[in-house]
Amino acid sequence: MTNTIADIETADVILVTGSNTTENHPVLSTFIKRAALKGNTVIVVDPRKIKLTEHSQNWLRPNPGTDIAWINGLMNVIIQEKLHNSEFIKNRTEGFEAIQESVKLYTPEYVEKITGIPAHDIIETARLFAKADKASICYCMGITQHTCGTDNVKSLANLSMLCGHLGKAGGGVNPLRGQNNVQGACDMGGLPNVFTAYQKVDDPNAIKKYEAFWNITGLSNKPGLAVTEMIHKAEKGEFKSLYIIGENPLVSDPDLNHAEKGFRNLEFLVVQDIFLTETAKIADVVLPSFCFAEKNGTFSNTERRVQRVRKAVEAPGFAREDWKITCEIATRMGTNMHYNSAEEIFKEIRQVTPSYAGITWERIEKVGIHWPCPTVDHPGTPILHTTKFTRGKGLFHAIHHQPPAELTDEKYPLVLTTGRVLYHYHTGSMTMKSDGLNEMSPECFVEISQNDAAKLDIVDGEMVNVFSRRGKIKAKLSISSKAVDGTVFIPFHFAKAAANRLTNAKIDPVAKIPEFKVCAITIQKAA
Amino acid sequence: MSKENTITIDNKQFAFKAGETILEVAKRNNIFIPTLCHLKETTPTGACRICIVEVKGARDLVPSCAAPAVSGMFVRSESPEVIKARKNIIQLMLASGNHNCAIRKFEPDDWTSFHLKVLKEDNYNELCPVWGDCKLQDLAYRYQVVTKLLPVSLSKYPMETVNPFIIRDFSRCILCGRCVQACREIQVNNAIDFGYRGAKAKIVAGADVPLKDSDCVFCGECVQVCPVGALIPKETFKNKKRFEKTETVRTTCSYCGVGCQMELTVQDNKIVEINGAEDVEPNRGSLCVKGRYGYDFVASPERLTTPLIKKNGKLEEASWDEALGLVAARFTEIKTKHGADLMGVLTSARVTNEDNYIAQKFTRSVLKTNNIDHCARL
Ligand code: SF4
Ligand code: SF4
Ligand code: SF4
Ligand code: FES
Repeated sequence: MTNTIADIETADVILVTGSNTTENHPVLSTFIKRAALKGNTVIVVDPRKIKLTEHSQNWLRPNPGTDIAWINGLMNVIIQEKLHNSEFIKNRTEGFEAIQESVKLYTPEYVEKITGIPAHDIIETARLFAKADKASICYCMGITQHTCGTDNVKSLANLSMLCGHLGKAGGGVNPLRGQNNVQGACDMGGLPNVFTAYQKVDDPNAIKKYEAFWNITGLSNKPGLAVTEMIHKAEKGEFKSLYIIGENPLVSDPDLNHAEKGFRNLEFLVVQDIFLTETAKIADVVLPSFCFAEKNGTFSNTERRVQRVRKAVEAPGFAREDWKITCEIATRMGTNMHYNSAEEIFKEIRQVTPSYAGITWERIEKVGIHWPCPTVDHPGTPILHTTKFTRGKGLFHAIHHQPPAELTDEKYPLVLTTGRVLYHYHTGSMTMKSDGLNEMSPECFVEISQNDAAKLDIVDGEMVNVFSRRGKIKAKLSISSKAVDGTVFIPFHFAKAAANRLTNAKIDPVAKIPEFKVCAITIQKAA
Repeated sequence: MSKENTITIDNKQFAFKAGETILEVAKRNNIFIPTLCHLKETTPTGACRICIVEVKGARDLVPSCAAPAVSGMFVRSESPEVIKARKNIIQLMLASGNHNCAIRKFEPDDWTSFHLKVLKEDNYNELCPVWGDCKLQDLAYRYQVVTKLLPVSLSKYPMETVNPFIIRDFSRCILCGRCVQACREIQVNNAIDFGYRGAKAKIVAGADVPLKDSDCVFCGECVQVCPVGALIPKETFKNKKRFEKTETVRTTCSYCGVGCQMELTVQDNKIVEINGAEDVEPNRGSLCVKGRYGYDFVASPERLTTPLIKKNGKLEEASWDEALGLVAARFTEIKTKHGADLMGVLTSARVTNEDNYIAQKFTRSVLKTNNIDHCARL
């Protein structure tokens, strides 16, 4: 997030898109709901009539996969009506002329045709957003999990820059991170193309720095493969081994039928986890590790706040801490790796990670600190880009609407979008151990509108088979007012009816994120 | 000090900011004023009146949580009259329900009949489950309220236990309304409200349905703010042993990216309760159902406890030495045979920064490839 969680509540206008906030980030949603309660304007743009629409002033309903069109539509109106922030554009950005040109096409009427959002709603929203003193944008997987996810994100940045809502309190473009430490995993270089703090692996200086610091030679300067690519290669026999720490891709990956084949094709699979997950079951070696309540360390939350994790209980049996297991493997492979504590590792992290350099465990004993925090007397950075952007000037990107990778047809007439529910988390390996959470959300369901259900002649609670071009699952039909005609929602948590047997593994070329939010399906009564 | 924006409490002058209540000024200056219904960041309701103070010139005692400080005001926080009124309020509250904690000073005879009743009626606890952690009990002690002569009031409404997370014991509810404020103005879930009138008053969910059939999403905010034992977490009630040592550990929630700060209550190496850490960012005491009640997995019997190695198609228990030896040997072998770029590591958005750092250090400096990723995009 460019801004903080608390900051959202101070925005005059909050635009929430592609985020089912009340279920996926419940406590963060309280900040949005409280803002609405105080009379601030909340606008939800989402294909589903999510709970947050009950608190929002406006709900805009785009057809799945048409985000660029409505965002361009807003910009079209803003420029047309001269509501853009010329001063901010002049001082802080470049490339304005390009988007001025590119959004011309996206008149409210044209956008209505693509997105299904009424033209007057586009106009009204554009005015609200542009005229606001402070307007915040919050988005989540509904924006990123598309083949055009990167462009979706850039479009939102365009919109915010156009109105000068970036780099100040109550504004910003705020991605809400799904899992607890996504931010940290990225910051720490758990990505194929960067070391810690996003230092590029093909930058000779970064390589030199790390080789010197780690006291080794021969670091690879070739960007690695993303998880989706590794699995794809494995399926073709071009990838040999995987060491998986605390993930369960056999439920969370797209197009599972293919992914499963990939994993089984590996010569050697090691899974390190707290449970015998679906993925662990097919591993060659399974290593038992600690859960959060047994560890000391840090997590970095969605607002870049580095916070302490503390050991509360002893781990069961012979389980070991994740980092200790990894160090042990390294040592046995001939590279001695040894640390006495997680804090010692954190001290090393600080030395190679400029944005974490000023953060010490002592400083975050009570309250976490937002990176970048370059020195120990730096207070941290709650709001990014207040005086300049990372690259200097903010760059507008001219972007055009592209239809989703998969379209509906006669055989697969419905659009499937996947996501989470309040009571479960990711692949459920943790939440499904709770009787209470299971009681509230016992099984997979297929959320559909009253009309669509009637057309199919299927009643609420009936079992149905759902088919896509890639697979089939069986689950209970659930008629819901959240669903809109033509679009069906299935949570992906449940291994028994894994929604990802249906989804499309087609990925965004830059972010390598699969298109979980749009695929074509058909539904039939189960025999 | 100018008289313009100062207020006198217990003969001491204090400056205040416009809009501050008497209670806020007092609190800031470490003057004790008891509160029950008052909930920070929400509209004061004045429901319990325990925070009353004497204000010179005012006809009645004034609830300090709702009364703004006014220049030149002369306040007495604990005058004999205030004490008398507070005692009265406490007594009425104790009499209004099943507040059978130690403050009730039973006669020996009463104890016998009380115990018989406990045996007969399931929900009639011998002692309130929040004994020792109850604001009403604390106040009864402080103001020496003797309740010996008060009859034990029977519950007007049966206890609600039909949801997996929260026990609602109406017999102990003092109708302070904190839960309603928390649900409405902090979590904004609007699941509960005051229902019925007068002696029949009750906190109801929806049209007086069980919580699980209402808009309740089991965030547990109401439970955390309830000053008495009217709302208690079911699991805690089942698992926490009374009068036995507990430890509190502050940590960060391991579910979503909000990173809520939480306090784990630990007993015998087991988490028995989780509360939101008050007054700290980013969550200021709030949690959601997963963070607050979704901790069963930690002590689950299904946890992996020993390394496993696949032998003849089946995973079998192995020693660390064997498992680590095998992993290191196979990785080395594959690296030599196929090269590092045919190997990969998936680290995790769930493990700590330290774990992640070591995972990428291992991938890059030992395997010597950049094939490292995590499933954040999924
Ligand atoms: S349930 Fe607790 S918080 Fe709610 S009104 Fe009763 S005593 Fe107050
Ligand atoms: S648990 Fe949360 S939603 Fe349910 S009544 Fe309490 S505060 Fe409201
Ligand atoms: S308590 Fe809920 S909202 Fe807070 S971090 Fe945990 S899962 Fe997220
Ligand atoms: S605390 Fe002031 S009226 Fe209840």
